[in-house]
This record gives sequence, C-alpha cells and structure tokens, in this order.
Amino acid sequence: MASAVVAARETTVAIATGRSRDRSVASLAFLIALWFSLFFGVMVLLVLIVSTALDGAARMDGALFTNYLSSLELDTSGFRAGILGSMWLMLGTSLLAVPLGIASALHLEEFADRNRWYNRMIELNLQNLAAVPAVVYGLLAVAAMSVLGFQDSGIVLGGSIALALLILPVVIITTREAVRAVPREIRDGSLALGATVWQTTWRQTLPSAIPGIATGTILGLSRAIGEAAPLLLIGVAVGIRFDPNGFLSAFTALPMQIYNQTSRPQEELQTAAAAAIIVLLVMILGMNALAILIRNKFQRSW
Amino acid sequence: MSITHSAAGPPSGAGLQPTSGRSLKGRPRRGETVIRGALFVAAMISVLTTIGIVVTLIRPSLDFFAEASIVQFLTGTEWAPRRGEFGAVPLVKATFLITLIALVVAVPVGLGAAMYLSEYASARVRKIFKPVLELLAGVPSVVYGFFALTFVTPWLLQDLLSMDVGFTNALAAGLVLGVMIVPTVASLSEDAMSAVPLALRQGSLAMGANKMQTTLRVVFPAALSGIAAAIVLGLSRAVGETMIVTLASGSLPNMSGDPREGMQAMTGFMATTAGGENPVGSLEYNTLFAIGLLLFAMTLVINMISISLVRRYRQEY
Repeated sequence: MASAVVAARETTVAIATGRSRDRSVASLAFLIALWFSLFFGVMVLLVLIVSTALDGAARMDGALFTNYLSSLELDTSGFRAGILGSMWLMLGTSLLAVPLGIASALHLEEFADRNRWYNRMIELNLQNLAAVPAVVYGLLAVAAMSVLGFQDSGIVLGGSIALALLILPVVIITTREAVRAVPREIRDGSLALGATVWQTTWRQTLPSAIPGIATGTILGLSRAIGEAAPLLLIGVAVGIRFDPNGFLSAFTALPMQIYNQTSRPQEELQTAAAAAIIVLLVMILGMNALAILIRNKFQRSW
Repeated sequence: MSITHSAAGPPSGAGLQPTSGRSLKGRPRRGETVIRGALFVAAMISVLTTIGIVVTLIRPSLDFFAEASIVQFLTGTEWAPRRGEFGAVPLVKATFLITLIALVVAVPVGLGAAMYLSEYASARVRKIFKPVLELLAGVPSVVYGFFALTFVTPWLLQDLLSMDVGFTNALAAGLVLGVMIVPTVASLSEDAMSAVPLALRQGSLAMGANKMQTTLRVVFPAALSGIAAAIVLGLSRAVGETMIVTLASGSLPNMSGDPREGMQAMTGFMATTAGGENPVGSLEYNTLFAIGLLLFAMTLVINMISISLVRRYRQEY
C-alpha cells in the first residue's frame, strides 16, 4: 500500500515539475539528445552572430552609414542608400498592410457569418497564402504595378506592395488572435448601452486589442525588412547613389545590397557585407525587442 | 512560427451576430452597412491576391508553353534556356536534394526541441527558449546564405571535416536551410504535443512506463498528425526558400545529384534570371513564370496536405 502511495507521488511530481526520477542509461541518453536539440539552435545562432561580427568588425565605421555603395573605393563603400531605402520600404509596407490587415481581421472575427461559403473560402485562402514562397510575391508585384500603370516596378511602391502582400496573412492572423482575446462582456456592455455594432468595434474592441495588433505587426515587419527575394524579382537596383525621396522614387534595400556584395569576389566587399548584416540584425533585434516590450507592458489579462 | 495554421483555430468570429448591424428599431443603419461592406472588401483582398498570383503566373506560362513543349519541360534533363533547352528536371532535382538535406537536419532537431519543451521543460526554461527559437526564425534568409557561403562551406565542411566540396555546394545550402526551418518544425510540433491530454500521460505513467517511454510511445503517436503537418509545412518553406539556395548552391544546373557539387535550384534560377536583363515578354523572361508556376503548384499541394493533417488531429480530442 505504502509503495503505491510513493509511486503515485512520484508520478504526480514527475508530471507537475517535469522532472523525472528515472536514471536509466536509455533515459539519460534520450534526455541528453533532447537537450542537444534545444541547444543546437542557440549554438548556431551564436556562431552565426559571432562569426559575422568578426568578419565585419573591420568595417563597423561611419562610412558604412554615410557612403553609397562603391566598387572603386572598396574600403569606404557604404550602405546609406540601402538603409534609407529599407526604411522607406517599411513605411510603405506598414501603410498598406496594417489598415488592410486590421480591416480583414475585423471582418472575419466580428462580422463574418462562418456558415457562408465565401467566408470559409477566405479562411482557407489565408492559410494557403501564408505558405506561398516569397519569390512568387515578387512576380505578383510586377504584374500589379503594370496593372496600376507603372513602367518600372523597382520603386518603393512596388517593393511595398510585394512585402505588404507577403506579410498580410501574418498581420491578419495575429490581429484576429488579439481581437478574439477581448472578452465578450466588453462588447455586450457596449451594445447594452446603445452603441451600434461598429461603434462597439471601433471604440471598445479595437482599442483593447491594440497591444496584440502592434506586436503582430512589428513581428511581420521584422520579417519583411530582411526579405530580398521579392525585391530581386521586381528588379530593384543595387548601386543607387542617391537617397530615395518618396514612394515613387527608385530605391535599393539593405538585404538586396547584402546579397549583391556577398556574391562579389572582392574580400573588402565581403567584409562590408558582414558589417551590413550586423546592422540588419540589430534592426531586426530592435523590432523584436520592441514587440516583446509592448506585449509585456500592455498585455492585459481579463 | 506557430501562427501560420492558427487561422483554423477554435470557432469564434461572428461575436456580434445577434444584432447584425441593425439599430434597436430593426432598421439597418446606412453607415454601418457601408463600413461592413468596406471590411468585407478588405478581407477579399487576400482572395484577390491568390487569384492575382494564379493569373500572373499562368498567362506568361501559356506563352512559354506555346514555344517550348510541356513534356520536354517536365521530363527533359537539360536546362539551358539560352540554347533553347527547357528540361526542368535538374532544377527540380536540386530543389528536392537540398530540401531533403534540410529535413534530415530539421526533423530530428526540431522534434527533439519540441519534445523537450513540451514534456520536460519547466515553465521558466520554456519562457527563455521559445523566444530564442522565434529569433532563429527571424534571421533573414540572405544572412543565412552569407553564413553558408562564408562559414559553413570554408570552415565547417572544407577545413574541419576536410570534405572535397565546391565553393558553392548543395550540402551547405541544405544544412543551413535545415537550421532555418527548425523553428517551424519545433514550434508546430510542440503545439501538437502540448494538445495531447494529460490523462494519456498519467495513464502511461501509472502503468509503470517512465518519462521517455511515455514521451515516445504515448505522446508522440498521439500527436503524430500534428507533427506530420509541422514537418510538411517546414518542407514547403524549404522548397520555396530563395536566398540561401541562390547564394550557397550556385547557379549552374547540374544533374549529378552529388551534394558536394553546386547545383541550381528552382528558386535559385528565378533569383538569378530576374537579376539579369531579360526584356519583358521574351522567352527567357517567360521561363521565370513557368518555373514560378511549378513552384507555386508544388507548395500549394504540400500546404494542402499540411492543412488537412492539422484538421484531422484537431478533431481527435
């Protein structure tokens, strides 16, 4: 009887704490294998960051930010056009993706009748879009730009269309999750006070969901800023030697320049590419940190 | 990223159905109807995107297949658009070989990490490692490509393992691609294993099985369809990934199937051809769309399999 009690306690402890008292060789080997799997990713991430930082350390200077790309003065070639271009691109992408994403999510979450075939089609379609390769969005943006009447698709607008469509599923899905997390009582209370459905959505549901929406959007943008494949397809130039000045301006982007410089044979350009990668990673890390900060600071538990 | 499939999440929506845009008098408000219409239009943009993709890809592809034979495209073993040889098999073969190498890395590592996080890890460990995995998913693919080209090939493969690999090779591309899809596999598999009811574990432990046996013989089989969906989604990511393959595996079509050699994958061809100067409407420009269509069709089928697998496991508990 006593041993049964002990065994039961062991089991409960094992389930509750995730610790196992089992010390057989097979179990330990298994546990070590699992540990290794978990650390593998961390290890690669560390090696990647350290090796790139060592490669690029020599070029972490002011010229990297203030100079344009140059294939003549290899030691002072910089990524000014790419950094500014990527910022314009992020602005354009968020202006397109955020309103569209929020509107779609509100439709699906608050207004759509799930029994209608067309709403179910939108749902299925979203899941499929999330897995469409990024290159394909480049081809789509070329077509969209020619429909809109632009000769040259390699401008900020073209890039923004490609990246906005690319991250739209992510924005929609995270917005829906944020809207879904707002308790029903909030809506019922507002409706009971005489607000219309849209007034309730606009003044109660949406403001409560903003932290979640912001987090999802920033994560989506941090994915977009590193994308080079769709930009390659829309024909974004690399060696731009001026600052982009609007959504219709020709531009280049940081990942495009990194790709181009990496595939060049000169040692100095590889070093510059490594330094630019560090800049790009810092931007992405910053965006991720901001997203986590917003999530932790503003997240409400109802 | 686990969000990809959660659109199929718990039935919600229609949270405000009862009043459905009417005031208490039962008369529809015009402003509300307009707003609802606008929201619906916004939601339809995603459907328009899909239609747009299909139309965009099919029209130039039809032009392409008017000049090149579709049979040659699907079965020919020589890919040399400049010489009029349009056999896509070498590109497809390279894509599959690199994807296979990626899965050999990503499946065991991703599943191991998922098992640890779901079955063994304390809440604190989980809180630390899940963001790290997300960060791994957030590294841009062009950065992974640089890493493959400047670290994995020269240092890891050539120096440390003293392998006889080329400057560009499928092995480095596949290994790094595998690292890139580890978070996809790990995150979705962990979701699937966490969804297995506690009672199953308790039952197993009560029968005298230890933690490892419970994980491998009870939790793993119970979550199998979700895990399969995670792997399939990772597969579709790998097939569509462009920058790693372009940088690390090179731009020479190669039928050899030897991972130590460089070989051009489907996405690699798209990236290098788009970068070149091909006039719109030319045959070489249209090959871009034919390969794009093939790629889109492949990822669509793979993704449909993944979605149906997820559906099945959702119904189980």
